[in-house]
Amino acid sequence: MVMSELDVAKIRKDFPIFTRTIRDGKKLVYLDSGATSQKPQVVIDAEVDFYSKNNAAAHRGAHQLAEEATEAMESARQIVADFLAADVDEIVFTKSATESLNLLAYSYTSLITKDDSIVVTEMEHHANLIPWQQLAERTGATLKWFEVDSEGRLDLSSIDQVITEDTKIVALTHQSNVLGTINPLEAIVARAHEVGAVVVLDACQSVPHMPINVRELDVDFLTFSGHKAVGPTGVGVLWGRSELLEMLPPFLFGGSMIETVTMTSATWAPAPRKFEAGVPNMAQIVGLGAALNYLSKIGMEKIFHHEVELGAYLIKRLSTIEGLRIIGPQHMQARGGTVSFTFGDIHPHDLGQYLDAQGIAVRTGHHCAWPLTRKLGVPATTRASLYFYNDESDVDALIDGIIGAKKYFGRS
Amino acid sequence: MELDALYQEVILDHYKHPQHKGLLSTYDAQVHHVNPSCGDEITLNLALENNSISSISWDGVGCSISQASVSIMSDLVIGKSVDEARVVLDNFVELMQSKGIKTGDPAILEDAVSLAGVSKFPARIKCALLGWMAYKDAVLSASTK
Repeated sequence: MVMSELDVAKIRKDFPIFTRTIRDGKKLVYLDSGATSQKPQVVIDAEVDFYSKNNAAAHRGAHQLAEEATEAMESARQIVADFLAADVDEIVFTKSATESLNLLAYSYTSLITKDDSIVVTEMEHHANLIPWQQLAERTGATLKWFEVDSEGRLDLSSIDQVITEDTKIVALTHQSNVLGTINPLEAIVARAHEVGAVVVLDACQSVPHMPINVRELDVDFLTFSGHKAVGPTGVGVLWGRSELLEMLPPFLFGGSMIETVTMTSATWAPAPRKFEAGVPNMAQIVGLGAALNYLSKIGMEKIFHHEVELGAYLIKRLSTIEGLRIIGPQHMQARGGTVSFTFGDIHPHDLGQYLDAQGIAVRTGHHCAWPLTRKLGVPATTRASLYFYNDESDVDALIDGIIGAKKYFGRS
Repeated sequence: MELDALYQEVILDHYKHPQHKGLLSTYDAQVHHVNPSCGDEITLNLALENNSISSISWDGVGCSISQASVSIMSDLVIGKSVDEARVVLDNFVELMQSKGIKTGDPAILEDAVSLAGVSKFPARIKCALLGWMAYKDAVLSASTK
């Protein structure tokens, strides 16, 4: 029995997609929220309302619509700031978390030299690996990383040798998108700050799932994407300490990010505007505001608790299937509701295809974390990722599906 | 059921008993292809003799569709001239792009017609084509040597 304070049946009514069926009338069992979450009606309405009633270019023009568009966008910025316990001027809107990380990596180009080192981990999503790898390539800096042990945890035993006096940036994920591991930030942040490095946190898999307070985490930058937090695609957030945002040079140049411009030179507006060149994705930003308000109303503590309880149920049931191997932590301590696994000699794509025929959506493959899956010796896995709109019936359907797949592929 | 059209017995057979798997040490061309969206990989060795395919051997990891497809392809083209094999390849590519409309000519494609169902699943077409594209690349590289 899963103990949860959430009324999942009621919550699902907020999401129109759960009224449709999959593959000839099957109930949709959506276990792919780690890739993208579904959207409640309030988020869809917020975007529609913006386009229907308030659409104009924010921060440009003095007419009423421009004022309303600016107000809508800036209200959303305040919602994001409150959600992260940050200051409003520390919230930069980007088009995705990927863009946020690239923004940082490019902005740091002139501040990194060949004598510096940049630290990542083996469990990073490509979006939090390649920008740093390429920054190292551009600058001649050394790229170092924390390894992952067989349990799917970071090996911090040589932390003082990985983060050293020459380290300028430590970039890592808060929660692994493959393993579900929640990383122990305290020791890493303490060591990074001891040597004067900044900590960049990829929070794509944590902001949607647990209460986040950037001051308590004590990191220096944090990013997440709207679409994984029941918000629209096309909007990401970069939070940074105000003094760091002030110091960093801009990444994208263009309209609205300037203070003055001549034919041969320009100066920059203060952050966050300095990092927001071009007309922003206003409708998506407004939609993200609605999404975070929706999550807050449900309660991030309750969401986290629900996912931990349901995750424990998922792991318990998966563990009873012969030949099934969970890739990652086997218990719910410091772990979220994302579970990757392999199943005998049934390839994940084949398992995923079979599950799809039963209406069950899971992710298969290397999950954009190829170095990690290679390290763990599994070219591909099947991943079920839970959210607050999932319940025991979804887990039960997955278990039945996996058992059915064994019968199906074992037939010849 | 569409799933049965995708996973025909002959495909599962080839997956469990892949033909020409295991790399031979003599070859004219060796290629390595990956499917970056899913991580499937194949290494394929090809030898030509008098403009005919005298041997294909391969090794790889991947789903039943990608592995069965390369097994079927190897069986089909070994012993054929490069020109005959090109007809088979063109036929197969056309079948994969048919969105479930075509069933394939068994006189040309033999066991490969069992992969016709793949064309209804856009995400899996690349799996079925992985080995064939490796072959195409290998024969080009062997011919221009």
